[in-house]
Amino acid sequence: MAVNYGSKRVVVGAHYGLRDWLSQRITAVLMALFTLVLLLQFVFGGPVGYDSWSAIFSRQWMKVLTFVVILSLAWHAWVGMRDVWMDYIKPVGLRLLAQVFTIVWLVGCAGWAVQVLWRL
Amino acid sequence: MAETTPTSPRVRPGENMRLIEALQYRLPLAGMVSILHRASGMLMFFLLPFIVWMFDNSVSSEISFDAFTSAFVAGIGFVPGFVIKLVALALIWAYLHHAVAGVRHLWMDATHSVTKQQGRSSAVATFAISIVLTIVLGAKLFGLF
Repeated sequence: MAVNYGSKRVVVGAHYGLRDWLSQRITAVLMALFTLVLLLQFVFGGPVGYDSWSAIFSRQWMKVLTFVVILSLAWHAWVGMRDVWMDYIKPVGLRLLAQVFTIVWLVGCAGWAVQVLWRL
Repeated sequence: MAETTPTSPRVRPGENMRLIEALQYRLPLAGMVSILHRASGMLMFFLLPFIVWMFDNSVSSEISFDAFTSAFVAGIGFVPGFVIKLVALALIWAYLHHAVAGVRHLWMDATHSVTKQQGRSSAVATFAISIVLTIVLGAKLFGLF
């Protein structure tokens, strides 16, 4: 991989967005699979209610999967929102503010979701 | 060699476009899918605390589960129940559109299906799937069946 820092940094050419592009797709596939897994358990999990719903998330493998999906969502949304801010917000200070807000928002929500998940 | 004159930076169309100006474009169907992919993603991003709130209340205890279900009837605070349902419906649409449009992206990446015709037909399919599913789930949400 080309040097991506310091005075030898190559400032032109392709591949700068490759990691973001790829991670956005991989996290998307993970979330799509999670949706199918959750949907199957919901449909075949018996009568809809608190017991069957909370039982889905109390299984250890589902906790691990959900945890991965929470992190995937935060990463995915970071790439997407960063794209949006880069496209529409030109002033550097304002863009930085939007990006910092995005990280705070996503990390905060992810932390809350993880707390809910692992205390079940 | 001619004397080089300092050229003023050329303004390229769309370069300094603001978000609100994107709404003034008459977009082809594929463009509609694209901008709504963005809009639906942003909507879900900003409603993320509400999504986690629903997750929290629906799984934490039977008491919180009741608070979760009653929010769609009695509302939360000063927000009436039908507004909560409308927000949930917006989230349902956003999720479905974003997911189907995302699968469309993966399909285009995997098969290099990037002609104008393919873009249009897959956009039609995206709208058809996401809108029909939204209507079905929305009808369920509002108790129509």
